[in-house]
Parts: sequence; C-alpha cells; structure tokens
Amino acid sequence: MTAEQLTQGLLAILPEILLLVLAFVVIGFDLVARDRKHRRALGWTSIVGLMVILIVVIGQTIPLTATDAPPVQPVFSGMVRIDLTVQLFRIMFLVAAALTCLISIDFKPLKALGEYYGLILFAALGMSLMAASNNIIMLYLSLETTGIMLYLLAGFMRDVRPSTEAGLKYFLFGAFTSTIMLYGLSLLYGFTGQTSYQGISAALVNLDKLPVMVALVLVTVGFGFKVAAVPFHMWTPDVYEGAPTPITAFISVASKAAGFAVLLRFFLLVFGPVQEQWIGLIAALSVATMTVGNVLAIPQRNIKRMLAYSSIAQAGYVLIGVAAVGTLGTAGVLYYLAAYVLTNIGAFAVVEAVTNMTGSELIKDMAGFSRKSPGVAFGLLAAMLSLSGVPPLAGFFAKFYIFSAAVGYTSTDSVTGIVGHPLVWLAVVGVLNSIVALYYYLIILKVVYVDRSEGDEVEVKVSGTLKVGLGVAVAGMLFMGVFAAPWYTLATQAAQLLR
Amino acid sequence: MNFPFLTIITFTPIVAGVIILLTPKERKTEIKSIAAIAAFVSMVLSLYVFATYFSAQAADPAQAQYQFQEAYQWVPSLGITYHVGGDGINLTMLILTGIVSFMGVLISWGINERPREFFSFFMFLVAGVYGVFVSLDLFLLLFFYELSIFPMYFLIANWGSTRKEYAAMKLTLYLLIGSIIAMIGLLAIYFSAQLPAGSLPPGQTHTFDMLLLQQASIPIDVQRFWFLPIFIGFGVLAGIWPFHNWSPDGHVAAPTAVSMIHAGVLMKLGAYAALVTAVKLLPQAAREQLPYVILLVTVNVVYGAAIAMVQKDFKYVIGFSSVSHMGLVTMGFATMNQVGLNGAVMQMFSHGVMTALFFCVVGMIYDRAHTRQIPELGGFAKFFPIVAVAFIIGGLASMGMPGLSGFVAELQIFMGLWQANAIAPWYIFVAIISILGVVLTAAYVLRVVQQVFFGDWDPHKWHDLRPINAGDKLALVTFSAILIVVGVFPGVLMNMISSGTLPVAKLLGG
Repeated sequence: MTAEQLTQGLLAILPEILLLVLAFVVIGFDLVARDRKHRRALGWTSIVGLMVILIVVIGQTIPLTATDAPPVQPVFSGMVRIDLTVQLFRIMFLVAAALTCLISIDFKPLKALGEYYGLILFAALGMSLMAASNNIIMLYLSLETTGIMLYLLAGFMRDVRPSTEAGLKYFLFGAFTSTIMLYGLSLLYGFTGQTSYQGISAALVNLDKLPVMVALVLVTVGFGFKVAAVPFHMWTPDVYEGAPTPITAFISVASKAAGFAVLLRFFLLVFGPVQEQWIGLIAALSVATMTVGNVLAIPQRNIKRMLAYSSIAQAGYVLIGVAAVGTLGTAGVLYYLAAYVLTNIGAFAVVEAVTNMTGSELIKDMAGFSRKSPGVAFGLLAAMLSLSGVPPLAGFFAKFYIFSAAVGYTSTDSVTGIVGHPLVWLAVVGVLNSIVALYYYLIILKVVYVDRSEGDEVEVKVSGTLKVGLGVAVAGMLFMGVFAAPWYTLATQAAQLLR
Repeated sequence: MNFPFLTIITFTPIVAGVIILLTPKERKTEIKSIAAIAAFVSMVLSLYVFATYFSAQAADPAQAQYQFQEAYQWVPSLGITYHVGGDGINLTMLILTGIVSFMGVLISWGINERPREFFSFFMFLVAGVYGVFVSLDLFLLLFFYELSIFPMYFLIANWGSTRKEYAAMKLTLYLLIGSIIAMIGLLAIYFSAQLPAGSLPPGQTHTFDMLLLQQASIPIDVQRFWFLPIFIGFGVLAGIWPFHNWSPDGHVAAPTAVSMIHAGVLMKLGAYAALVTAVKLLPQAAREQLPYVILLVTVNVVYGAAIAMVQKDFKYVIGFSSVSHMGLVTMGFATMNQVGLNGAVMQMFSHGVMTALFFCVVGMIYDRAHTRQIPELGGFAKFFPIVAVAFIIGGLASMGMPGLSGFVAELQIFMGLWQANAIAPWYIFVAIISILGVVLTAAYVLRVVQQVFFGDWDPHKWHDLRPINAGDKLALVTFSAILIVVGVFPGVLMNMISSGTLPVAKLLGG
C-alpha cells in the first residue's frame, strides 16, 4: 500500500475515525468530570461532535453527487467502498445517533453516562462501517461491533429487570443468528475462494443454483435478525420493551437502517447476478413481516411493544422496495428509511415524555394526553400519521415511492418475451396492510385525543431537550412530506450508482 | 404568469389552520374569526374565479378548457408536478365547497369544546377538498384526497355523537381502503401509459399529469383490469352500494358542520375523482363497464330511499337520503351522454347545497331538543318557522320539484338514461326503477315534515328552546336561495357545467 493509497483510504473513513475520537473524548471527559453539573454536558458534547461529523460527511457527499464524478473505487485493499448510498446511510446514522443523544439527556434512570454515550458512538461507528463494507470479513466485523454495543445498551439499566432481560435476550438471538450467517458467509468463501463482494459475485455466476441458494438463505437469517423481519423478529417486542426508551428508538431506527444497508448492498452487489432466485424469497419475507407485524400490533397494550410490532411491519414495507430490484426500488428504500428514522425517533420521544409524566407505558394511561401537553401530543399525531402514510408527512411519500416501485417493477418473460409487472400483487398486499396499521395508529390517537383522564385539565411541563428532539423530528417529517424531491433525487442517483 | 387564484384558494385554509394551532387556546373568538375569515376569502375567490370563467366561456363556448393553470415541478424524476387548473365541472364544485365550508364555520360558532383543535382540523379538511377539485396531477389529487380524509376521524371521534368512535373508524378505514386501491390502479396507469413522442421533458419517462395522460394511449387490458378498482375505489366516498355502509353512520355521528361538509362536499369528491381518473383516463374500459356499474347504483337509489323511509332518527333519514341521491350522480356518469353528465354534475351541486341545508336543520333541532327521534319531536314549525320553511324547500328540491335545483338535475339524468338506451337494454328499466326511488323520496321527506314540523306541539316538553341566531339564519336563507335561484335560472350553472362535460361526453362517444 503506497502512501497515497493510505491517505486516500484514511480520508474515505474520516467520519469513522472522528467518531472513534469523539467516543474517547466523551469517555475521557466523564473520567475527569464526575459531578452532577457536567452530566448534561456529556450529552451535548456527543451531539455537537456528531453534528461536526455530519458536516464532514455532507462535505464528502457533495463531490460524489456531481454528474461527471468518476466511479468510486474500494479502499483499504477492497475492504470498504464509500459510494453515494453509503453517504446517505451515514447521514441517517449520524442524525439518528444525535437525536438519540438528545432525548437521552433527560432520561432519568441512566447511570454511567460516559459509557452510555460512548457506546452509542461506537455503535454508530459500527453501523457506518456496515454500510460501507465491501468484503465479507469487514461485513462480519462491523456487524458484530454494532451488535455488541447494542446488546450492552439494551441491558444498560443493570438494576432494572426488564432491561437486563432485554440485553440478554438480544444477545442470545443476535449471537445465534450471526453464527448462522457466518456459516453462510463461510460457504460463499468456500465456493468461490473470494472475500470481496465483486469477487464473489463474479464467481457465483458459474456455480450451481442449490449451493448458492443455501448460502443465500443462511446469510438472510443474519440480515433478517438485524431488520427484525419475520420469522427472525421474536426478540423485538421484549427488547424494545425492556431497553431504555432512547435506546429502543436507536435500535428501532439506526440498527434497522444499518441492517437494510447491508441487506441492500449485499443482495445487489453480491447476489445481483442471481436476482431471479431471491426476489420471490424477499417478497415472501416482506409479506410475512408486514402481516405478522401489523396483526400482532393490534392487541398490544404497552406502547413500546406496539411500536415494536409496528416497526416489524415497517420493515416489511421496506422489503417490498428491496424485492423490486432496480433504481425505483432502491431509491424507495433509501427514502423510506430516512423518513422512518425521523418518524420513529419522534414517536419514541413522545413515549419517553409520556412515561416521564405518568410512570406507565400502557396505552390506556395516555388518555387525555392531548390536554396535558398539546404540543407533544401533536408530535405524536404527526409521527403516527407519518407511520401510517398520511400526507403531508414523510411517510406518505415513502409509502408511495415503495409501492410505485413494486408496481413499476418489470420483468421480461424469457420464453415469450412479454414484459410483465409481476410485483403488483405485492403492492396490493402492502396497501391492505397499511390499512390494518392505520387502525392501531388511530386507536393510539383516539386515546390521546378523545379519551379523558383525571386531572387532565392541568398542563404538564415536558423537558426542553425532548421538545427540541421532537420538534426536529416533526419538522423533518413535514419537510420530507412536502419537499420530497431533494432527498429522493439523491437516492435515485445513489441507486443508479449501486452496481 | 397569471395570478395564482387556485393556489390561494387551497392554501388559505391551510395557513389559517396552522395559525389557529399556534393561537393560545383561551382566545376562542379569535380562533373562530380566523377560520371564518379564511373560509370567506376562499369562498369569495372561488366565486370570482367562477364568474371570470363564466364570462370568458360565454364569449366563446367552443374554446372552453382548463383555465387558471399553474404548474411547477415537484418530484421531477418521477414526473410529479404541482399542476392545478379549473374547468366547468371543478369550478362548480369549488363554489359549492366555498359556500358550504363558510356556512359550516358559521354554524359551528357555538363549539366551545376545544375550538382550537376543531377549527384547525376543519380548515385542513376544507383545504384537502379544495385541493382535490383543482388538481390536474394524479399524485396531487391523491395527496389532497388523503389529506381530506384524516381530519374527519378526529372531527367525528372528538366532537361527534351516537357511536362516534365506531363511526369515525369505520369511515376512515372504508375511505382509505378505497383510495389506496385506487392508488395502485393509478400507478398502473402511470407505468403503462404510452405518451406521444416529445410530450415529456428529456430524462423523464412517465408522468402523473392528467392532461398529458389524456393524450396517452393506455393498453386495453390495463384499462379493463383497473377501471373498476379505480372507479369503485373512489366511488366508496360517493357511497356506491355495497360500499355505502360507512356513510349513514359517519354522517349521523359527525358534528353538524362536519356532516354538512361531508355529505355536502366530500361525497362529491369521490364522484369527481372517479370521473376525472377512471372515466377520463380509461374511456374505453368505461364504455364497456359503466353499463354494469349502473346496476349497482340503481340499488343505491332505491335502497337508500327505502331505508330512509323507515328510520326513526332524523339524521339517519338524511344520511340514507344522501346514499340515494349520490346514486343518481353515478347513474348520470353511466349514461355516458352529455345530458346525463350535465345532470350528474348538477345533482352534485344541488345535492351538496340541499344536504348541507338538511344537516343544518337537524343540527339546530338537535342542539335545542337534545333528541333526534322523529316520534318524540313535533310541531317545530310553530317555534322555528324559518327552519321549517327552509327544510321544506330542501325537501322539495330533494323530491325533484320543478322550480328547484333538484328538478333540473334529476330531469336531465332521466333524460340521459332514455337517450342511453342504445348502450344496453336495461337502461330503460333502470330509469323506471329509479323514478320509483324518487317517489320514495317524496314519502320520507313528507313524513319528516309532517311529524317534526307539523306534528303536535308539546308546550311542557319544549318550554325553554333557545332561538336560532343570525349565523344560523344566514346559512338557511343562503342555502334555500341557491336552491331556488338555480332551479329557476339553471343557466347560471348549466352553461358552465356543459362546457366541462362536453369533452367527457365526446371521450365516451355519447
């Protein structure tokens, strides 16, 4: 490796390096400043640091969006490849991490804050590398880096039983599925003798169908766990319920987005040549995920569990975009995930506000909330309607892009040469599911807006950081729901380059 | 660059809704005034736009086309534009919306339970309705369509009565299923339309622009497959049988102003959207399949009227009468000739005003008597002569009495049905059966009038009834006056409407 290549590589992973530095700064700061006054400063340090890194990432992105930009080459001996898709994912992770830190500042049950923020930053680092990886070894390493940080964070409230249970459960499921995935990766290596995405992809073409399918299914297990697709979703409700609320938000958006980043890149870059064989598999996963998530969300009484099932269902919609291979599908996924990051963090910020107020996570205890705190209740209204796909919020465009990708997906019959639209049915299943989802989102809003509770005439104060976090999320949802073109244009460009 | 009238009409309520949300909740009068001003501004502007188009079109009827157009790129890579414009049909609907929404705000002046939320949701609803009517882009139409459905849920669930939560949920889910299935159909049109070469800017392969799509050729199998999902999908909101079930429940549960908007304007939204998407974009399939749709809506006309006749709840009578009357609108579409289409659009307008008047009256009586059971009420003409007169005018319009707007509409629909005889042999029978429906209408209207307004007045039961206020009177007088004016001088609307229906009739070969 020449010095020039090294500089190039280091520049490419500058955001990750900065994240590492920031994490150590936060942990170090925690060591020297142990009094109460400085505890809030830890959170703010992380947020400011993340914003700086975000600016760096945006600065890196601009040259990539030029129409005459040269194709991006892998760096570090082909370990990572920083293309436009990766940059968009990095932006999502950084925003998600910053918002998570923001809503953590006034989350009272937390102790050991230096480690807490440090772990969030390490997890963001892992996710960023997951999205960037271009080699199965790198993929596995980054996946585990992220996973272990999140297991720790889920169980971070050591003296609260549900939290420790969540951590342990998350760890056991994660370890189990990642071994299965590792087996699949080792098969791929064994069949092809390659570890880079491009190398495996080139060698796959000459292989038999069956072994490739076996490897593909095994790898899907690991990705399915990350995105909480049915049937690998069992951990979700328990972990979401037990984990500290800001971490639940973080797992539900950033970890899921990271899962989709690898899923999307791995399936397009590695399994691209054999796409006929896995579109059906992903479509089936998508149907199962949407349906199970939505149907099981209806009877939930705990708001965090309900949002857990809702987030499973949301993963199902995104899978539609993955199944509809092509520019429309990939761009739809990128838009959907960005909209989802803002929306779900907003939803969990409200959950945190409610639990701070009432000490309960039950949906029925949210009665009269719109009278106690009209502003925060309006945030919940926006988040729920965005999740159900109502204009003028981000979720509407997101769903529209995904469904139009499914309708627009064409394939040519190899015998007759007729061009067909084979995924229209998937779009229909998707829209029917979104009606089921609408039902339970509206029930929540009914409890908040229509039902009454004792003493709800008195307005209750909500902490400032939560309001700011929620405000940012709602503003983002509205922006993406009205000015839908900028991010979508970037996503389309990224999708075209992802080959 | 023209002055953006249609955009201002649509966005004034949205801006007002946002301002209302930011107003402190104690300032109830200010909140109501903002809503009233916004509704008034939109109403006046829509009347102005109507009048301008009217005079331009009167000068040269053959040149009638979309006016006041504005087009901006929205999502260029997908061909989504913000494109609005008005023709004879949708400008008629625009003034209907303007009048009903302004009167709705006046009628709701008495709402003191969380007025901030009520009026902001109401404003968003009105904006959505305006938006659908002015859209010339399929995506924009869907956007506003869904925007107008959601506020309904909160308006009904919060401020409604009689099983309000059940009715609100039922209404929302029914309408959403319809619209979202129609959305898939619209996407199928979008992807399969073959546009004439050079009609799109470079780099763009598809478009949602309806004016461009009307020139495109859409494969016949796509048309056949998707016509019914789109037509019925939007038609759910127009109460097409057997998907009308949400409508009586929803209308009864909703607060007065919302019932007015909903039955008066929103149901027309469904019919209008079905007309401009399914019928105008898929004319070949429409020619083949509308003769079967007419069988469904015949059930609407007769069944709605028959059910209305046996209702005990005053508001349910009106709710089912809407189902019956909206059936006539769709029936007018299915005649596929200009007379029938004129009748259908006229019926949309006439029914909008008439139903708004009915719900106004029901609301006034319910607010004072606290019951809507017809047997318990009686003799209200003694106490509220104006209300009684207004209701009778509305009732006569609903029966299709000459001299009132309902006659102009229904006569043309039935004439259209006779003319359409060549399309399918059953059109004559449909006409005969539907005329029976009109007889049933007379029966239920007269029953209500007789019982509620001229029954026995019980002075012990109704001793301290609050008199109706100026806003209520204004609404009643306006609605009755419109019914009479349009009935006596149908030309004020008919010329406009025929300029809009002519291209549709040409498209359908009628």
